[in-house]
Amino acid sequence: MSNGMDPAGLLGIAQQSAGGREYWRSLEELAGTEAFKDLIGNHLPRHAAAFTSAMDRREFLTLMGASLALAGISGCLSPAPAPPDEKIVPYVNQPEALVPGKPLYFATAIPVEGYGRGVLVESHMGRPTKVEGNPQHPASLGATDAVTQASVLELYDPDRSRVITNAGRVATWDAFFSALNVELESQRVTQGAGLRILTETVTSPTLAAQLQEILRIFPKAKWHQFDGGGGDYAHQGARMAFGQPFETLYRLEEADVIVSLDADFLLRSPASLRYAREFINRRRIPGGSDEANRLYMIESTFSLTGSNADHRLAIAPSAIPQLARTLAARVGVQISAEQPAISPAQEKWLGALVKDLQAHRGRSAIMPGEYQPAIVHALAHAMNDALGNIGKTVFYTDPVAVNPTNHAESFRELVRDLEENAAQVLIILGGNPAYTAPAELDFAGHLVTSNFNVHLSLYEDETSAVCHWHIPQAHYLESWSDVRAYDGTVTIMQPLIAPLYGGRTAHEILAAVAGQAERASYEIVHDYWRGQNKAKNFDAAWRTALHDGFIAGSALSPRNVKAKPATSFETSEPKRASTGAATKNPPSLEVIYRPDPSIIDGRFANNGWLQELPKPLTKLTWDNAVLMSPATATRLGLTYRVGGTGGEHGTIYADVVELEYDGRRTRGPAWIVAGHADDCVTIHLGYGRRRAGRVGTNLGFNANILRTLDTLWHGASIAVRKTGAQYALACTQFHHLMEGRDLVRAGTIEQYRKNPKFLIERESEKEAPGTLYPGYKYDGYAWGMSIDVNACIGCNACVAACHAENNGPVVGKQEVLRGREMHWIRIDRYHRGEPSNPETYHQPVPCMQCENAPCELVCPVGATTHSQDGLNDMVYNRCVGTRYCSNNCPYKVRRFNFFLYSDFKTESLKPLRNPDVTVRSRGVMEKCTYCVQRINQAKIAAEKEDRVVRDGEIEPACQQACPTRAIIFGNINDPQSRVTQLKTQPLSYGLLTELNTRPRTTYQAKLRNPNPEIENG
Amino acid sequence: MAQIFHPSTNTISRVTIFGGLILLIVVVTGLATINESPYITEVGVARTQPVPFSHKHHVGDDGIDCRYCHTSVEESSFAGIPPTKTCMNCHTQIWPDSPMLEPVRESFRTGKSIQWTRVHNLPGFVYFNHSIHVHKGIGCATCHGRVDRMPLMWRENTLYMDWCLDCHRAPERFVRPREYVFSMEYQAPADQLALGQKLVKQYRIQKLTSCSTCHR
Repeated sequence: MSNGMDPAGLLGIAQQSAGGREYWRSLEELAGTEAFKDLIGNHLPRHAAAFTSAMDRREFLTLMGASLALAGISGCLSPAPAPPDEKIVPYVNQPEALVPGKPLYFATAIPVEGYGRGVLVESHMGRPTKVEGNPQHPASLGATDAVTQASVLELYDPDRSRVITNAGRVATWDAFFSALNVELESQRVTQGAGLRILTETVTSPTLAAQLQEILRIFPKAKWHQFDGGGGDYAHQGARMAFGQPFETLYRLEEADVIVSLDADFLLRSPASLRYAREFINRRRIPGGSDEANRLYMIESTFSLTGSNADHRLAIAPSAIPQLARTLAARVGVQISAEQPAISPAQEKWLGALVKDLQAHRGRSAIMPGEYQPAIVHALAHAMNDALGNIGKTVFYTDPVAVNPTNHAESFRELVRDLEENAAQVLIILGGNPAYTAPAELDFAGHLVTSNFNVHLSLYEDETSAVCHWHIPQAHYLESWSDVRAYDGTVTIMQPLIAPLYGGRTAHEILAAVAGQAERASYEIVHDYWRGQNKAKNFDAAWRTALHDGFIAGSALSPRNVKAKPATSFETSEPKRASTGAATKNPPSLEVIYRPDPSIIDGRFANNGWLQELPKPLTKLTWDNAVLMSPATATRLGLTYRVGGTGGEHGTIYADVVELEYDGRRTRGPAWIVAGHADDCVTIHLGYGRRRAGRVGTNLGFNANILRTLDTLWHGASIAVRKTGAQYALACTQFHHLMEGRDLVRAGTIEQYRKNPKFLIERESEKEAPGTLYPGYKYDGYAWGMSIDVNACIGCNACVAACHAENNGPVVGKQEVLRGREMHWIRIDRYHRGEPSNPETYHQPVPCMQCENAPCELVCPVGATTHSQDGLNDMVYNRCVGTRYCSNNCPYKVRRFNFFLYSDFKTESLKPLRNPDVTVRSRGVMEKCTYCVQRINQAKIAAEKEDRVVRDGEIEPACQQACPTRAIIFGNINDPQSRVTQLKTQPLSYGLLTELNTRPRTTYQAKLRNPNPEIENG
Repeated sequence: MAQIFHPSTNTISRVTIFGGLILLIVVVTGLATINESPYITEVGVARTQPVPFSHKHHVGDDGIDCRYCHTSVEESSFAGIPPTKTCMNCHTQIWPDSPMLEPVRESFRTGKSIQWTRVHNLPGFVYFNHSIHVHKGIGCATCHGRVDRMPLMWRENTLYMDWCLDCHRAPERFVRPREYVFSMEYQAPADQLALGQKLVKQYRIQKLTSCSTCHR
């Protein structure tokens, strides 16, 4: 049997067959090929041979006898001898406010790529275990993203660097300080002409003040910025349009029509959590209004935001600036140059869009993408101005970043100085430029020209390896610092724990440069803010700021701006590298580089939680790939196979391609993404790390080898060659097949207006068939959940939050290849329509907590039972690992510990665990419990106050993390509770209800809001 | 045809059958007895501690309330082991030079905790909460026994799951009025069942036997 999948063939089938299926998850499923049918026929393909091959009686008895005997032996060799006496170690002086057994919460902020997001960190007896959003912080609103959830694992990562090193040898802070002083003495003579400081984006007011102080002491020193995940085009676009580098803010709740020019604002923005909430608040149909906003997306790669768009136009990256210019001309921006003609299809699309925008003047928003050249940003500003959106949906403030700089230029200048031997003392604060910078610059090679260089970082990474000095950095949960959010709101960051490995902060390094090696971060940050606040009650203000997690009123106020006429800038072409003549053979394509959705520019490469998180659209784990459209793959003759001989769910053998750009080459597996623009490929950064740690080293391939400073995010004519080799990718897309049943239901708002019940009536849901088992009676609570597919953007925050809350293990790529990932909640991604530009739906699937649960009936040892509140309890200590329950679960939400996945040995990981949840061992089944530990805590708290649990008092980890509040949990015995209200909405439906499982988790159907002119024409 | 088996075979087979049964019963009861015996359960076995702290003296003779030291018993899952500071509240004045208390003073001097041996140790997969039991009228002595009569602490009950379930299935047999929860002398009245049923209603005590009540 050949499992070969030919995308060309698949496309052919897909295009002619509406008869495949309406919703599909992968191209194979859509095409309904024989190979695919074989695949789903084998639930355990690797073992299929064992069932079909003849095993005679004798062999069977031999095996059984051996296993019995071995079982006996293992009983004798008990791995757990009677535990030694446990010690109780009380405090000598117990801190005030600390109640043993109860967590405390502290407010701080997580800085991601320079910008802060307010968080509340749960601390058990002094050790932080979980990060939650700060509901009062404007950039969080109580929600978190996956990166924030996983940041606590980074804190306890055993691979973090632990000592100061000098040329690879252990050194001390004092030794560093004296070595630094020697260098600075000579710099003082030249006013710091050879002193260079390299940072990532800086928003910290204290750090800014320190940098200014250093530039005052050393007037000729230079401060450079380079961030692996950004490029600061937005500020330059604003500079182009307004003459000043303003920050752009959107109020999406006020916008009826949103046009995104490649802006992935639901995932890649310092305000993404807020934007996601505001965007979805205007689409919350059940129980709300029946009006919704409309999102048009113009992009090349398939982004998370694009997957949530009502209309999406996939075009090559080089065409976006031109399309932006055309769009600008149509909405009334003065454009001097003649606009080239566009294709009729695009003409129609654009025409409808322009009409929509004109009809919503002052209630629309044009959002340029972070990685688009400055000209696109400037044009977007001009369009917002022309449409009257400024001051209504679009606002401008002074820049949040201190000294906004073109990172590419700034870095180029630094490398030039290194080349010319002008940079003698280099201080690198964070970041990993030796890896994240384009390889053509050979930053690592140039470092040798400097006399003295130091790298402050969490890990001993690629940059540390080539620097003279390495200083372990304090994690943000170990640091005193401050940071600004997207709107300028300042958070004073406070540590949750003393630095585990004696890490230092950037503040302390800069204080040392300024000659004050003994100043601690607390002192530096505290003194800075004391200097800012002349009021007498500074201590009260300081404490309030620490308690609340932000300084009230510190957001920057909107500025009145006036855009320059567009004619002043619109002809300035974005700088694109000339890359020689585009060759036809091998075919040359445009290339798009993007930070990885999980590990960004590689900074989280050693974080197992993030590596194992299926990437939102590709569902790949542990790897990056060369993403391309089905048509492009066909043109390049690329295919892939599902599984090996028999096909394991989770293993996809993808064709390896060789990429060549300007003579530099690398190889990577090709991955076909429906909806990707044709004739271009997307490569995610952050992989191919050589010194990331034991988790992140040597995963995937390094795209920075190909990049140049001129083509940081988009490049023309990259050569892509098929090599003939194949590579196994761990993908969760083929797991958990639901065989084409109508699991995700979707329609349009138009249909809903005509008949709100149109989605449930469609299949005439019958009265549930009877059951022989007696029903359950619930006198108290009956927990239930409602998940709004309409609100789910597929961002993975719930998956990461669940993992963090419930002590989920990391299983590694080899196990994911076997389909054994351990996430209790997964996000199924479905497509509908043309593979060239499909609609996309995200559906989170946790345990359904069925009323008539198939799993409960088949457990031979009663390890999964029905609780008094209607939960399907899972009792780990009773489970013997028959896996009957998982076999009988129609939703495939049970997870089995095939091996000892949980790390019981590594000391530094022990304090990470949630003490309220058992760490599961080998041979044990596990699954979502609706966070029963939180339910019990809330019930106990309520009982102690002699009341019932209030609606909304219990939030499972997934609900708490969700940026869009798509998940609502509550008591379905209470007719007033939100969850009950939602379950009575006309769009509410259950999964596989025809099986009479009566799931407690139900869904709200998805409603799209397409423009009738585009949809019907 | 000659007998294949000698008549004595009857005896042998009887002995084997009945003997085997008896042996099985003896082994099973023996194992069960060992399992329930203090050898395994540690019931009634006084544990040595770094300081020979006597509950008998502090509770029985001095009449100190449980909550003076076990401060979090009403708010948290964990009753709390007193910090050294709590000991020194009194022992800077009383027996300030006693050699027996040197480990306590040393701890206070050096800031290093005293390492007590845990007496009531539940397996890691059991999540017990003191505060709710106290609130629902389960006396300290119900589980921990007459602590005021224990010179060194020992375990009064097995802490086995069937012991937990005895009460979770029929709380009326053990519940007492809230005002007597911390009392050591409280004696259950003759009509405990009547009182218990009244209190179960009054305190809204549920018979929680779902697995997830304790295991999660």
